[in-house]
Amino acid sequence: MNADSGILSYGAYIPRLRLQRSAIFAANAWFAAGLKGLAMGERAIANWDEDSVTMAVEAARDCLTGFDRGTVTALSLASTTHPFADRLNSGIVKEALTLSDSISALDVAGSQRAGTSSLIQALNAGVNGGTQLCVASELRKARPASEGELVQGDAAAAILVGAGDPIARFIGSHSVTLDFVDHFRASGADFDYTWESRWIRDEGYSMLLGDALAAAIETLVVDPAKIDRLLIPITVRGVPEGLAKKLGVPAAAVADTLAPNVGDSGVAHPLLMLAAALEQARPGETIMLVGFGQGCDVLLFETTEAIANLPRRDGFSGALARGKADENYLRFLFHRGLLDLDRGMRAEADQKQPGTTLFRNRKTVLGLVGGRCTKTGTVQFPRSEISVNPTDRAIGTQEDYPLAEKQARIVTYTADSLTYSPAPPQYYGMIDFEGGGRMFTEFADVDAESIEVGLAMKMMFRIKAVDEKRDFIKYFWKAVPVQQPAAGE
Amino acid sequence: MAKGIKDKVAILGMGCAKFGERWDKDAEQLAVEAFQEAIADAGIDTSQIDAAWLSVAFDAVNIGPSGIPLATALRLPNIGVTKVENYCASGTEAFRGAVYAVASGAADIALAVGVEKLKDTGYGGLPVRTRGSTFDMIGVTGSAPGNFAQLAAAYRNAHGVSKDDLKLAMAHVSVKSHANGAKNPKAHLRKLIDIDTVMNAPMIADPLGLFDCCGVSDGAACAIVTTPEIAHTLGKRDLVTVKALQIVTSNGWESQGTGWNGSYFHTTRTAAVKAYDEAGVTNPRDEISLIEVHDCFSITELVTMEDLYISPEGEGWKDVLNGFFDADGKVPCQIDGGLKCFGHPIGASGLRMIYENYLQLLGRAGERQRSTPPRLALSHNLGGMPNQNVSAVAIVGLPDA
Repeated sequence: MNADSGILSYGAYIPRLRLQRSAIFAANAWFAAGLKGLAMGERAIANWDEDSVTMAVEAARDCLTGFDRGTVTALSLASTTHPFADRLNSGIVKEALTLSDSISALDVAGSQRAGTSSLIQALNAGVNGGTQLCVASELRKARPASEGELVQGDAAAAILVGAGDPIARFIGSHSVTLDFVDHFRASGADFDYTWESRWIRDEGYSMLLGDALAAAIETLVVDPAKIDRLLIPITVRGVPEGLAKKLGVPAAAVADTLAPNVGDSGVAHPLLMLAAALEQARPGETIMLVGFGQGCDVLLFETTEAIANLPRRDGFSGALARGKADENYLRFLFHRGLLDLDRGMRAEADQKQPGTTLFRNRKTVLGLVGGRCTKTGTVQFPRSEISVNPTDRAIGTQEDYPLAEKQARIVTYTADSLTYSPAPPQYYGMIDFEGGGRMFTEFADVDAESIEVGLAMKMMFRIKAVDEKRDFIKYFWKAVPVQQPAAGE
Repeated sequence: MAKGIKDKVAILGMGCAKFGERWDKDAEQLAVEAFQEAIADAGIDTSQIDAAWLSVAFDAVNIGPSGIPLATALRLPNIGVTKVENYCASGTEAFRGAVYAVASGAADIALAVGVEKLKDTGYGGLPVRTRGSTFDMIGVTGSAPGNFAQLAAAYRNAHGVSKDDLKLAMAHVSVKSHANGAKNPKAHLRKLIDIDTVMNAPMIADPLGLFDCCGVSDGAACAIVTTPEIAHTLGKRDLVTVKALQIVTSNGWESQGTGWNGSYFHTTRTAAVKAYDEAGVTNPRDEISLIEVHDCFSITELVTMEDLYISPEGEGWKDVLNGFFDADGKVPCQIDGGLKCFGHPIGASGLRMIYENYLQLLGRAGERQRSTPPRLALSHNLGGMPNQNVSAVAIVGLPDA
């Protein structure tokens, strides 16, 4: 393939709360005692105000650290859990990232390998494909007391692909497609239906995937003994190790499947593992990545010297370290819509969103773009015709001023137990941005013991409210505490 | 420079319905209750009213978006009835409409009625409502206590006051208002409470507990105003005149600009300066006899003592703890129980405050009458939230004050 194109950058996002699998099992043991073997470790769970779109935005922001967003020419969002069936989900991501209007955008779905398949498409475009942002994000629902509830996790990852100075060259790929229905989810259905695990392991992983990997090794002319990292996103214990042994890949090359502390993040999982691997990889490593779902994708990369110079980002390890152990299984069920709590009258407020208003204000709402007066330098949110500056009410002087990447500090706050929130109390208050501008905003991922005036905050793209009457999701930005080292670390 | 409103308008009569959970009354019936008292006090006939203003804040659960229900309920003589809404400052807004109409000479006698039927909402507190489609996309739909609770963290930070000291001062605010409300037969909440009850109450919006929050009530209040000359002609001898009437509206500086620290009301400070100037008050701590403020929450009352320049900045909490604002203190605040205990039927509250000041000035406040004869009384009526609000200050007094 073209030596001048490949992976330019990577990013990851894992929601903060990590539900302890022991808590899930403890609640369900009376009914499904057989789940005990899976009741170890923790799984990432999205907060009530996160979905595949918001997590995609966060992974993409991480990926674009240090890059000029204006260079992105194409965006894809792979998921089997896009919030909208007919509203371009990647279009929402585009607005949140304040990417150029003149880009192409594509939602990719249909199988657990949608992430790797869209990555292959982007990589195959080579230098002619421009700079392509491939995002994969997944937030699956599983029935209470199912295996899926224990083994799945919510996460997103992003890979920037294009010409320039790649951190990893794309050597090539090999794909097979077979209608192997290990599980399925009908359009509009909430849950997967899964066939027997022994069959999936034997026919699916050992044979179908094993054969595809062997074929890839032959086609791509790679010495299996020289593979430094083998990324097989299958969290069933022993499967990646067994495949490596069969293929002659060194055991040390088998990457952690992130089963113990994240869980299987579906479409996002291969890209999440790739982001984790690239974060650790040194120049000159050979990385083989797998996507599995009604067939499989096998991708081969070689890291370059440029990987050592990639600007620092939170990355996979930062997202992982942000985790907070959670044992509230009932809250998890409620946030997944699996427990119909009495929410009270305050939850009845109509959340109808005028389409006209949202489109007119899309930069303000989805992009958190404020205004900066070109005459006085006054920064404000939202921007307005007449400046807020009391000493110079300049008219029509404001230019776009993106605030999403600015850090901020708390000026006022409260923990409101009266207003409706799916995760009470609702924290909110005033924040001042570094470099000017302030806003009155909701907070997320706050710890009661650490909130105080002056606390450093950063912005995250979240769900503001859901119009349940019309099935519309209203997105906006919230302030979250800047990551502090976890206690004891 | 405007000459101001001082002594151009006199109060001819006032009335106030019993506040509380008036399960058996509609908004129109409450308006009639307040109006009957006011018109009897004024000693005129309905046919003599030239213009009317009606303040209601929640039209969806009240009487709809026009002045027609008031005209119909009171059988007004086919005059102009203007419905006004300015958040919780609506009552003073209605009063301003009537006062300005008289001052301009366009009307000889004008009526202001404020009414709210909150107990038809089904909510414990105030109902959730839109603030406009743009705000709803980017603003915070917090509760009223949540919006005002933020004053506390900012005040502590600005003045180095400990959480415990501030919570105790806030508790004193509520205990004092309950003691006052207990003496007021028209008040919603008439039970004495102690400090421990306030301190240990369930948290509503940190640090505001249940007893830091005012009552949510049904009620109505009414004022009939005219010029001092017409009042004399009509035989009115005990006059109370309007000394100052200021309404200040946020223009976004607090929420969008630079410099506001969240611990005070920029609008109230502005309104107070303008009102004192209009009334000729130079030292409010000594000259104002008593005050009725918008004590929607204990912390609101506490910081307002400073915003009205009664207490020095950062020292209000000490005045509160020292009993300066108690009924027998130097400047009583909420001698009628305030929003806290008289209750807070939104559209009526601004007029209710002026009603109490009017009674106190005329020595007609019964068991709760201030012993030192008051001469100048201030009311402060606030709508919105600390970072974006409407703040009204009205000063009324004896003609020679």
